[in-house]
Amino acid sequence: MPDRALLRLSGVHTHIGRYHILQGVDLAVPEGGLTVLLGRNGAGKTTTLRTIMGLWRAAAGRVEFDGADITALPTPQIARLGIAYVPETMGVFAGLTVRENMRLATASGRFHAGRLDEVFDLFPALRAKWDIAAGALSGGQKQMLAIGRALVEPRRLLVIDEPTKGLAPGVIAHLTAAFQRLKQSATTVLLVEQNFAMARALGDGVAVMDDGRIVHGGGMAALAADAALQARLLGLSLASHQ
Amino acid sequence: MIRHLLSGDRPGHPAVAALLVVMVVALAAAPWLFPGIGALNAAGRICIFAVLAGSYDILLGYTGIVSFAHVVFFGIGAYAVAYPLSLGWTGWGAVLVGAACGVTLSAAAAAAIGLLSLRVRAIFFSMITLAVASFAQLLATRLRGITGGEDGLTFSVPRVLTPAFRLLPHPLLGVRIDGRVLTFELIVVIGLVLFLLMLRIVNSPFGRVLQAIRENEFRAEALGYRTIVHRTLAGVLAAAIASLAGGLLALQLRYVGPDTTLSFATMIDILLMVVIGGMGTLYGAALGAAVIVLAQTFLQPAMQGLSDAAAGLPLLPVLVHPDRWLLWLGVLFVLIVIFFPAGIVGTLRARAAARPAVTAARDVAMDRTAVGVGRPPD
Amino acid sequence: MSSRAAWLVVPVLAALALPVMPLPTWITLTVAGAAMGMMLFLMASGLTLIFGLMDVLNFAHGGFITLGAFAAVSVFAALSGWVGAPSLTLNLLALTIAAGLSGLAGGVLGAVFERLLVRRVYGAHLRQILITVGGLIIVDQAIVALWGAEPLQLVKPATLRGSFTLGGAAIESYRMVALALGLTVYVAMQAVLTRTRLGLLVRAGVENREMVEALGFSVRRLFVGVFVAGTALAGIGGAMWAVYQEQVTPAIGGEMTIAVFTIVIIGGLGSVTGCFVAAVLVGLTANYVGFLAPQLAIGANLALMTAVLLWRPRGLFPLGAR
Repeated sequence: MPDRALLRLSGVHTHIGRYHILQGVDLAVPEGGLTVLLGRNGAGKTTTLRTIMGLWRAAAGRVEFDGADITALPTPQIARLGIAYVPETMGVFAGLTVRENMRLATASGRFHAGRLDEVFDLFPALRAKWDIAAGALSGGQKQMLAIGRALVEPRRLLVIDEPTKGLAPGVIAHLTAAFQRLKQSATTVLLVEQNFAMARALGDGVAVMDDGRIVHGGGMAALAADAALQARLLGLSLASHQ
Repeated sequence: MIRHLLSGDRPGHPAVAALLVVMVVALAAAPWLFPGIGALNAAGRICIFAVLAGSYDILLGYTGIVSFAHVVFFGIGAYAVAYPLSLGWTGWGAVLVGAACGVTLSAAAAAAIGLLSLRVRAIFFSMITLAVASFAQLLATRLRGITGGEDGLTFSVPRVLTPAFRLLPHPLLGVRIDGRVLTFELIVVIGLVLFLLMLRIVNSPFGRVLQAIRENEFRAEALGYRTIVHRTLAGVLAAAIASLAGGLLALQLRYVGPDTTLSFATMIDILLMVVIGGMGTLYGAALGAAVIVLAQTFLQPAMQGLSDAAAGLPLLPVLVHPDRWLLWLGVLFVLIVIFFPAGIVGTLRARAAARPAVTAARDVAMDRTAVGVGRPPD
Repeated sequence: MSSRAAWLVVPVLAALALPVMPLPTWITLTVAGAAMGMMLFLMASGLTLIFGLMDVLNFAHGGFITLGAFAAVSVFAALSGWVGAPSLTLNLLALTIAAGLSGLAGGVLGAVFERLLVRRVYGAHLRQILITVGGLIIVDQAIVALWGAEPLQLVKPATLRGSFTLGGAAIESYRMVALALGLTVYVAMQAVLTRTRLGLLVRAGVENREMVEALGFSVRRLFVGVFVAGTALAGIGGAMWAVYQEQVTPAIGGEMTIAVFTIVIIGGLGSVTGCFVAAVLVGLTANYVGFLAPQLAIGANLALMTAVLLWRPRGLFPLGAR
C-alpha cells in the first residue's frame, strides 16, 4: 500500500523564456519518506524544484501539497505551509552571521532550544561558527548551514537540490550521516542528488527525470538491484560511481 | 527596387507604409505644400531628428543599450561644423572639414564610452552616460572660446545656402528657390541617405548579431560573437550618424548653442521619439520624430488657447499652460511604456502579424530576466 | 580584507589636501565637504537601498529631492516667524518640521510612484529606466506647475546663519546641523539594519531576494517600505540642501542626480556604509577641487567615478552576492 503522497505534481509544464523545460511532470512524493530525484544535467530537476516552490510558475498542470492546490500560490505562502527549500546555490546570506541566517528561518525570531540543539548535534560546526559571517564558511559548512536552516523549525517537507555538489568526500559522508538521522524523524524529503552512492543509501523512493519528464518512478531498492535499468536510465551503473 | 533600397526592411503594416510615404512626400515638397519659414523649420527639424532618433534606435532598440549621452554626439557634430564657419571660414570646405572632424571626435568618444562599459555593469553604464552628458553640457557652457558659452555660436553658411541666394531668377511653382529652400532640400536628401544607410546597417548580418546580443547576451557570447566589439561598433556608428545630424542642424539654424543640442531636454525628446514610434523598428524613430516635432509646433499654441479659456478655474490653467506641454508628453510617454511598449510601429506590426501586441512588446521592450543570463537551466 | 582599503579613501584624500592649502582653509573645507557629504548621503542612501534590494533603477530619484526642496520653501514661508526668531529651539523646530514634511511628501509621492509605475516593471531594467524617466518628467513638470519656474528664496534659520571659529577656521553653523543629522541618520540606519528583524530582512533581501521569499517572507511589502523610505530620505535631503543653498530652482533635483548616482555607483550598490563613505568622498572632492582648481570642478565627479571604478569596478563596498 503506497504511502499517501504529501506532494504531488500532475502534468506540470514550465517555460523559461523560450525554453519549454518541464514537459508534463508527474511526480508523487510519499509522506514520511525520502524520495530522490535523479537525472542528468539539463533534465529539469532544478526547474521542478523551483516550480514546486513557486519561484517559477507552471504554465500548465497542478502542484498539490497535502491535498491543497499550491500551483499558483506566491512563494512566501508556499514556504509558510511548511516547505523548506535548500537550493543548489545553498542560498546562505554571506553578509549575515550564522546566527542571523538561522534566525531568518524562524517564524518568530526566537529559536526552540531543543530544535537548535538537534541541529547542532547534526552539524557541530554551526555552533562553533555561530557569530561568524556566513561568507567566511567553507563550502561544506555553508551547505550544513543551508540544511540546518531548513531544520531549525519543524517542517512538513524538505526540498533539497544537490547538497553534495562540489564538496569533499569527508563532508559528503558527514551529510549522508546527517540525512540518515533526519530520516529517523520521518520528515518528508525530496532530494535531487547526482551522487548515486548517497542516493542509494538514503532513498526510499526514486524518480528519474529526462527531457523534462519523469521517465521512471518506484522504489530505490528495485532500481539499485537492476543494473540494466540503471544503465538505461542513467547511462551508468550505481555500483561504478563513488 | 524599393525593397532593395529599404534593405529588405518592410514597414510591416499598411498604415505604417502609408504614413512613411506621406511623410517623405510631405517633407520633400514642404516648401510648396507649407509655405512660410516656420513650417520649413519644423519640416527640417523633423528630418534631422528622424535621423538622430534613428541613430539612437540602433543603440536602444537594436542593441538594447540605454545611453543618455547620445546628445553629446549630436552636439559635437553641430559645434564641429559651426566652429570653422564661426571663425569666418565660409565655404563648403569648412562644412566638410567640420563634419569630418565631428564624426571622428564622436566616434572616438563613443569608442571610449563603449570600452568603459567593459569594466562596469550595464546598470552602471546608463548612469555613467548621464554623468557624461551633464559634463559635456557644462563643458560647452564653460569653453566660451570655442563654443561661445551659453550664447552659442552664430555664423554664416556657404553662400548657396544663404537666404539671399537665388537658384532660379523666377519662382518655381510659386516658391522662390532661395538658399533657405536649398538648405532644406539638402537636409532632406542627406537625411534620407543617412536613414537608408541605417536601414542597411540594421538589416545586415552585423545588425542581426546586435539583435541577438540584445535578446540574450550570454548566448551570443557562447555562439562566438565578441559582444563588446559589436556593441562598441554599434555605438560608434550611431554616434557618427548623430554627429552628421548635428551638422545638419547647424546648417539649418545657422546657430548652435548648448540648449539646442546638448540639453537633457533634447535627450528626452530623442528617447520619447524612439519609444513612442517603436523601439527596434527604425521607422518608428522617424514617425516618432514627426509626432514630437509636430506636437511641439502645434500643440503649444493649442494649449495656450486652452489655458486662456480655462482662466478662471483653479488648477487647470496652470496644468494646460503651453510651458507644461512636457508634462503631458511625459504622461503620454509613461502610458505608452505601460500599455504600448512596442510603440506605434511595433503595435501596428504586431497587429498585422496577428500576434498579441504584448508578446511583440515583450520581445522588444522587456529584458529576459527569468533565466538571468540566459543559460537554459537544469 | 580588501574593504579596509576602501575605508582609507576618505582619510587619504583629506591628507592629500592638507599640504596644499593653509590649515584653517583645510579645516573649513573639510567640514564643508563632510557636511555636504551628509546631505548627499541623505539623498543617496535611499537610492542605494532601492537598487540593492529591489534591483530597481529609479531615474526619478531627483524628482523627490526637488519635491523636498520646494516643500521646505513652503514650510519656511509658513513658519517664517520661527525661522526668523533668535531662538535656537524655534529655529530647530522649524527645520525639523520642514525636514519632516519634506520627508513625508517624498514618502507619499514614493508610495504613489511605486504603486502606479514601478510595480509594473520589476525585473525589467530597460522598462524601469524608461518608466522612471517618464515619471521624472511628470514630477518635475508638476512641481513647476505648482510652484512656478522661477527660483525661490529661503533663508537659513536666524541662529544658524553665521559661522564660528575653530582652530582659526570659519565653520558655518548650519553645516554642523547637517553633519549631526547625517550622522544620526547613518547610525540609525545601521542600527535598524543590524539589530532589527526588518533590517535583517533587508540585508538578506539585498543579497538574495528569492531565498528570502523561500523562507516565507513577502518581499513585496518589504519593497514598498524600502522604496517609500528611500524617497522620504531623498525629500529630507532635498530640504536640507535647499536651506543650505538658500535658493531653490526646479533643476535642483537634476543637479543632485549626477552626484547621487556617482555616490551610489562608487559606494557599491546596496551598501549603506558604501554610500556614506562615497558621499563624504564626493563632498570633500567638490570642496577641495572647488578651492584648488575651480575650472576643473565640473569634471570632478566624472573623474572621481572613473578613478574609483578603475580601481574597484564594483564600487568601494560591493555586496558579496551580486
